[in-house]
Amino acid sequence: MNFIQWATSPWGERVPIHISWDLLWASAIAGALFLIVHAIYVGYWAKPAAEPPQDSKQAAAAARLPERVARHSFGARAFHWVMAAAMFVLLFTAFLPKVGVRFSWLTIHWIAGIVLTVSVVYHIIHASFWLDFWSIWPNSQDLTDASRRLQRALGKPAPPPRKFGKYPLENKLFHLAVFFAGLAVIFTGFFMLYRVPTPFFTRNPYLFSDMTWGVMYVLHGLAGVVFVALIMAHIYFAVRPEKLFLTKSMIFGWISREKYLEHHDPERWPLEGGAPQTGQSKAPEAAI
Amino acid sequence: MSVIHDVIPAFELFQPATIDDAMMLLDRYGEKAWVLAGGLDSLEWFADRIKRPKAVVDLSQIKELSGVRSDGGGLEIGATTTLTEVVRHRLVREKYSLLAEAAEAAASPQIRNQGTLGGNVSQDARCWYYRAGWPCYRAGGNICYADAPTGLNREHAILDAERCVAVNPSDTAPALIALDAKMVVRTPGGEKVVDAEDYFIGPALDITRMNILRPGDLLTAIRIPATWAGAKFYFEKVRDRNVWDFALVNVASAMTTSGSTIEQMRLAVNGVAAHPVRLKAVEAAVAGKPRNEETAAVAGQIAIQGTKPLQYNGYKVPLMRNLVKRAIRGVAGEEAA
Repeated sequence: MNFIQWATSPWGERVPIHISWDLLWASAIAGALFLIVHAIYVGYWAKPAAEPPQDSKQAAAAARLPERVARHSFGARAFHWVMAAAMFVLLFTAFLPKVGVRFSWLTIHWIAGIVLTVSVVYHIIHASFWLDFWSIWPNSQDLTDASRRLQRALGKPAPPPRKFGKYPLENKLFHLAVFFAGLAVIFTGFFMLYRVPTPFFTRNPYLFSDMTWGVMYVLHGLAGVVFVALIMAHIYFAVRPEKLFLTKSMIFGWISREKYLEHHDPERWPLEGGAPQTGQSKAPEAAI
Repeated sequence: MSVIHDVIPAFELFQPATIDDAMMLLDRYGEKAWVLAGGLDSLEWFADRIKRPKAVVDLSQIKELSGVRSDGGGLEIGATTTLTEVVRHRLVREKYSLLAEAAEAAASPQIRNQGTLGGNVSQDARCWYYRAGWPCYRAGGNICYADAPTGLNREHAILDAERCVAVNPSDTAPALIALDAKMVVRTPGGEKVVDAEDYFIGPALDITRMNILRPGDLLTAIRIPATWAGAKFYFEKVRDRNVWDFALVNVASAMTTSGSTIEQMRLAVNGVAAHPVRLKAVEAAVAGKPRNEETAAVAGQIAIQGTKPLQYNGYKVPLMRNLVKRAIRGVAGEEAA
């Protein structure tokens, strides 16, 4: 299988034109394998996390916590679902024709692309000025904890990892992957609007050289097929029973006090006016 | 780009004697198979070394694919019936002279002797960028060289272009649509019959194909119902060279009248989009109207709604309008004004 489709331009230059669409199946199969392996691991091998004893400070903190702990603002939830709708439309319009479903997809695709772009711009501004910007990015504490979890899973001695901040490491890694793949599709998709008739630009397929266009198409396609696996994994985790409270929070905006205390470290995810500080050193994101 | 015209790349040639054998071969080779009818489109691709199929399935030995047969008041024409046979067939000339005229307008006598009706409706686009083997959208690439600031697009589309602006070059296709013909297609899942107008597809649906045939499918026959037999027909093809050329625009219509009033009409044009365009709005507008200059003018204006000419094909808009007007008025000598 070739990863990239090549062609000879009218000037005799060998240029990339697309990824090989076999990669779509490779991505879907990789995504499906991940889900199967993860589900089997969790079902048969993973040990349930030991419930850490609740100290008196935490018990006191629990008493001061509201029953419902706000997790996602309305703005954040609206962004998430608008982006999700746009992403589904983009994936379906991009790949259904590749698997033989014929329909007029192009206009729907670029309109969904613009919706995605606008929603992402909104998200960046919203997250930069109204949310805890750093809470979603992996930091050294996450890596230390991940290393401890891995060692303990392998039966090696290691100190217990801390609970997560607002976002578990898996969330942060997913966001990081979506960040790079999203950046690639949005950046290349913006310039690809010059290749198709839209109300925004005068068509100019010669804006870049054939080689540059080819690289853009390859990047766009590559990020697109990566999204197939990412979205499969995202949906899988969203419907897993132990993660369902997080999915519900993306609909209703809150998690229960019990889930907050069970899964999150109040130091790393302090609540405005409600979360206690235990006097230990702050995690980097909590200090922001 | 240098194009070598003297050596055709090797392929395995099959000459099945039955449709079933042909279907088996098409199934076996899938996308690597090529269906060869008259060969006039195919051999050009091969000679230019642009299409390189692994297996060529030559339909010339399948008797059941050839010939014109009566079919419940209408006609069934085998897909490999030559254009000359179509032109000369008594029933075609008597009842569906529109198709005879359209077939006779295609290419030259020699080509019509070899070219088939199925091949004429299923032939590929003639955009020279595409035929030269450049990596355009239709060839699986990511650019349309014709729809570019410096593109030569005098012969290209003014309607329904989406990325690719190539046009359908068939002369018989609009005639078959006007006659409400049905295309009989054998697929791996069985036989299906589709309206002629649904047989052709534009780039929005599939940019690499001009009709619904997928790898493994075979057009076996074209059925023309009795509905429009003996109606008033009009066909006109405008081309750069009258002796032998593809249409810049052609028009085909079938009409029934009551006195000087148009009862019903089916009208299609080709050479303006990647598929023949049936002008339903025009058909609806002229039904029940007197067949006169005023109706023709209205029809012409409706026909060109939505056209988007490129840099060099703006002339196609008035050309299409006037051809539609002429189709409404009918040929000289008829009762039209």
